[in-house]
Amino acid sequence: MQNTLYDVIIIGGGPAGLSAAYSAYENGAKKILIIERDRELGGILQQCIHNGFGLHHFKEELTGPGYAYRCAELIKGKEEIEVLIDTMVLLITRDKTVTAVSPEHGLLKLKGKTIILTMGCRERTRGAIRIPGERPAGVFTAGAAQRMVNMEGYLPGHKIVILGSGDIGLIMARRMSLEGCKVQAVLEICPFSNGLTRNIVQCLHDYDIPLHLSHTITKIHGRDRITGITAAQVDDKMQPIPGTEFDIECDTLLLSVGLIPENELSQGLGLEMHPLTNGPIVDQRRHTTLDGIFAAGNVVHVHDLVDFVSEEAEIAGKFAAFHAQATHPPMLRRVNVKTGDGIRTCVPQRLSLPPAGEDSKLFMRVGKPERKVKLEVKSGDTVIMSKMLPVAKPSEMIAINIPAEKTATFGGEITVSINREV
Amino acid sequence: MSETKILNCIVCPMGCEMTATIEGGTVTNVTGNTCPRGAKYAQEEITAPKRMLTSTVRITGGLLPLLPVVSKNPLPKDKVLACAEHLRTITVEAPIAEGATICENILGLGVDIVASRAMDVHAE
Ligand SMILES: Cc1cc2nc3c(=O)[nH]c(=O)nc-3n(C[C@H](O)[C@H](O)[C@H](O)COP(=O)(O)OP(=O)(O)OC[C@H]3O[C@@H](n4cnc5c(N)ncnc54)[C@H](O)[C@@H]3O)c2cc1C
Ligand code: SF4
Repeated sequence: MQNTLYDVIIIGGGPAGLSAAYSAYENGAKKILIIERDRELGGILQQCIHNGFGLHHFKEELTGPGYAYRCAELIKGKEEIEVLIDTMVLLITRDKTVTAVSPEHGLLKLKGKTIILTMGCRERTRGAIRIPGERPAGVFTAGAAQRMVNMEGYLPGHKIVILGSGDIGLIMARRMSLEGCKVQAVLEICPFSNGLTRNIVQCLHDYDIPLHLSHTITKIHGRDRITGITAAQVDDKMQPIPGTEFDIECDTLLLSVGLIPENELSQGLGLEMHPLTNGPIVDQRRHTTLDGIFAAGNVVHVHDLVDFVSEEAEIAGKFAAFHAQATHPPMLRRVNVKTGDGIRTCVPQRLSLPPAGEDSKLFMRVGKPERKVKLEVKSGDTVIMSKMLPVAKPSEMIAINIPAEKTATFGGEITVSINREV
Repeated sequence: MSETKILNCIVCPMGCEMTATIEGGTVTNVTGNTCPRGAKYAQEEITAPKRMLTSTVRITGGLLPLLPVVSKNPLPKDKVLACAEHLRTITVEAPIAEGATICENILGLGVDIVASRAMDVHAE
């Protein structure tokens, strides 16, 4: 293993890593290695037991574990793909040497022609949002609670308050209710929920769980174990409004306040990072700013649909395979992708184009909810492509595909923006 | 005697807010929907709401103590909690194949509960 020069080494065996491996294999890579720190493949999907995954990618509605199973089946029994589980990657250096450690093999040094980063994301914790009060037991991130209830087999508590109304928070509200717990309330600091309407209806309304929009937690009660919280309404600057406070009793508080890409390894490598996505800057091939290092999935930007994760990872796997087999580097032209009015983030942040251009799919998020607007891709003042959006929400990623021949006409910069005058 | 009910359509991301008029248990009129799928959803949601159920059952001899399961088809909404409660009483033994039936015809509702994933025997 240590004497092998791999075509592609993949860091992380979630849906991104598995899809990247399969695509690298399909595109001619002969020596592929996946390294996963957990005891099994599948990543975070193993704890997302609800359904709604895979409608785009596998054309059927699957649960999280079902989706992970499909991805793992794709690579099973392929001689070209080696898998190391229970193995933690500690360091990646610019010469593409990966240092990893496992109980079985001890310290490993592995070398690749290319590396794909697919480490996923982790949750923001209480420290990242600063709630005043004691630090009693009974405060968990929603994801940690999801793992406990769905994989390890115990309940974090019985009377629950959830802070944050993104999909993970909503899904956990239903999950705890199904396990016989009482979910007292879901609090959301924004004036709108970041979750799907379907989840608001089926996870909250179905179980009569109140959702308090424009509310936050101002105090946590209890010394050893949490006994309740104080909630308050916030103004349009998200500051608590004095006099609006009320108390809610609970023995458990779940925080569902957002995800951040897991990028210690990327930063150690010195990859250029994007301040808003918190992930490495990539081009349409998911090539980072370092030669031979690719990245895909939640490590690049937090996705809401795992189907897009697989799609992105297949692109990274394909181009990593080509890169590993290439005898000399291709001549590519750089085009920067800028975000204009209304668009908060766009991945890829740049394009690397061969002379004939290349199909490029852009994934974007808006800054605030919009209705009946037009998404525009402009080169200079010319609108190259546009797409009508009946609704656009920050929580739902928007995708637009630019065909190769259009990219061939681009200058050095394109802009994506929202046009509200339609 | 007619009553009205406000509900959000969940069929597509538009999330239209609709008002349904109900007379004698049937929906006689729907407003606020942008397309016909909304009216169809309102009809079903008011007269016979259904939900998929995903939960877990205990498993022995596997890598994990729990096996995720899913209903093969949607269940009547008002029976979902009872079904979840019933699943808490079930223990299966590894190995289990993906899609294996874990509970046939749960609570006599005509719907099977199946394994969401495979779980092999795990040697300690
Ligand atoms: C708590 C939580 C709940 C979620 N719920 C949903 C949901 O309900 N629906 C949905 O569509 N999406 C959900 N997501 C988003 C979900 O993460 C993505 O859809 C998808 O799973 C991302 O795939 P990925 O492969 O990029 O990352 P992951 O699935 O996170 O996989 C990354 C893998 O990399 C491994 N890894 C990380 N660092 C190292 C290292 N140093 N060495 C070795 N291995 C490493 C991890 O162990 C993990 O297995 C959720 C995310 C979280 C965090
Ligand atoms: S009524 Fe039609 S447009 Fe409106 S949410 Fe339902 S499916 Fe979408």
